Amino acid sequence: MLTVQDLTVRYGKLTIVDRVSFSVERGQWLMVVGPNGAGKSTVAGAISQTIPSGGQVLFDGRDISKMKRRELARRIGVLTQSHYVGYGFTTEEVIRLGRYAHSQGLLGRSDGDGEEKVQAAIRRTGLEPFLKQSVLTLSGGELQRTFLAQLLAQDPQLLILDEPTNHLDLVYQKEVFALVREWLDDGGGAVISVVHDLSLAKSYGTHALLMDCGRVVAQGTVKEVLLPERLNGVYRMDVGAWMRGLYRQWLEDGL
Amino acid sequence: MIGHGKEGFLLREHLLFCVLLLAVLLTCAAVGSVSLPLDEAARSIWRAAAGRPQEEGSLAASILLPVRLPRVLCAGLVGAALSLCGGAMQGLLKNPLADGSTLGVSSGASLGAVIAIAFGISIPGLPFTGTMVLAILFAFLSLLLILALAYRLDASLSTNTIILIGVIFSMFASSFSSLIITFAGEKVKTITFWTMGSLQGGGYRNAAILAGALLLFGGAILLHCRELNAFAVGEDNARTIGVDVRRVKLRVLICVSVLIGVSVSVSGTIGFVGLVTPHIMRLVFGPNHRRLLPATIYGGAIFLMLSDLAARTILSPRELPIGVVTSLIGSVVFIYIFFSARRG
Repeated sequence: MLTVQDLTVRYGKLTIVDRVSFSVERGQWLMVVGPNGAGKSTVAGAISQTIPSGGQVLFDGRDISKMKRRELARRIGVLTQSHYVGYGFTTEEVIRLGRYAHSQGLLGRSDGDGEEKVQAAIRRTGLEPFLKQSVLTLSGGELQRTFLAQLLAQDPQLLILDEPTNHLDLVYQKEVFALVREWLDDGGGAVISVVHDLSLAKSYGTHALLMDCGRVVAQGTVKEVLLPERLNGVYRMDVGAWMRGLYRQWLEDGL
Repeated sequence: MIGHGKEGFLLREHLLFCVLLLAVLLTCAAVGSVSLPLDEAARSIWRAAAGRPQEEGSLAASILLPVRLPRVLCAGLVGAALSLCGGAMQGLLKNPLADGSTLGVSSGASLGAVIAIAFGISIPGLPFTGTMVLAILFAFLSLLLILALAYRLDASLSTNTIILIGVIFSMFASSFSSLIITFAGEKVKTITFWTMGSLQGGGYRNAAILAGALLLFGGAILLHCRELNAFAVGEDNARTIGVDVRRVKLRVLICVSVLIGVSVSVSGTIGFVGLVTPHIMRLVFGPNHRRLLPATIYGGAIFLMLSDLAARTILSPRELPIGVVTSLIGSVVFIYIFFSARRG
């Protein structure tokens, strides 16, 4: 589905992402992991064409840098970690914007199954009670769900999630990941997630890409990549001991 | 879609605003240093529109039709254009403090007008005065310069870069205008009027040019309501849902600069109307540009016609610069609505 070849991003003389290559197939959930500054979010930005990059990104064999923005948006959708909406649009208005890439003509006539997709996205995210409410009055979790609904209404084949649950509490974290899993299981396509939480990566991912200093350290299935010795090398600490320490107390208390 | 079908401006809202617009236009045309009864003013305008002659020596023949009506039309059209530009800029830049002058295009156009007056530049063989041509030319050149500088700093033409360069350019152009004014001698009064705004010279030709520009470039802005909604939600979000961010931004900015250039050439720099009208209309009609922009066009026209009426009549026979009135009325109305909306 998506093939990334020698993806390179430079800011001036600084190389942020250095010849990164990988591919994602339908049905896969690729977790991009690694410490801060590894270039994870930059890779996500380069794939979604928001950050200029060298190398090639092919979607079903077609170079995405040659696609029009609408064409690209029908294939790849992005959910970022935080949103600041300037004005008091309603939740429904923000969700419906997701259909932009599918509308036609100067006046933006809606496409055939647009309404169905919008309603399905609203149902799936459980946002019915908030539809007429201004997004400025939503909580962080509700706002993130609104943009997830917009993304589902956009109906892309590949979701790119850039640390989408960073500011969210446990309930919303679980909810967002469960929703994406549901979408994937329904034959939606594929997902690329940038995540910090290795437990989430292990629980939800099918595949993983471990990065450090702008380079790929390992890639493959989650089981193959997220090995203790490899993580210890990349994070420069005993990851296993740290995580065992974190959870020991909980386990002793009967969690 | 956002603003799709029923979410746009409703027919009855168009009708209501049209009636209100006509009523204000008639009142502003009838009232002044010498006033006419409303029904007589309406009859005279109707007679003129139907191509029938006016009574010899009547007020309609001497004041209403040759002087006041074109002035009121210009006021309405400038108000509509400036407000539309403000509304579009506030959406595009996701900044409620933006308006046409944020880009620096307003000051650039003004500088063009000031140069034309100070150096007596006129374009031979053109029906327009040199002032208008130079104002539009400078509006364009300002936009090109601002975008070129912004592009050199940041190839993605990010909003912050454009605002920063626009504000700096605006200061540069204003101080250059002031410099020319200082050396302009007896022409200073005219130039001061240009920088503070005036609709005294508004004739039918100017009104026709304004109407043409509004139809063409205002129409083009209205075709980008959905994109402006996306920008107002967030530029990054607009990009990910499929908006060609750079192209839309360039198109809207070009339309705005032409409208500002034409408006400034007719009436000088009139402040506040482009900033305050979209704000007030957003409080009433919401942020969706499908509803906001049509309301802003009507609202801006009504606001500037009434402001011009106040400028002409409050200290009659002396006339206040219209910019003073728009700022005074605009700020008071704005504060009132803003606070009552917050409390409500």
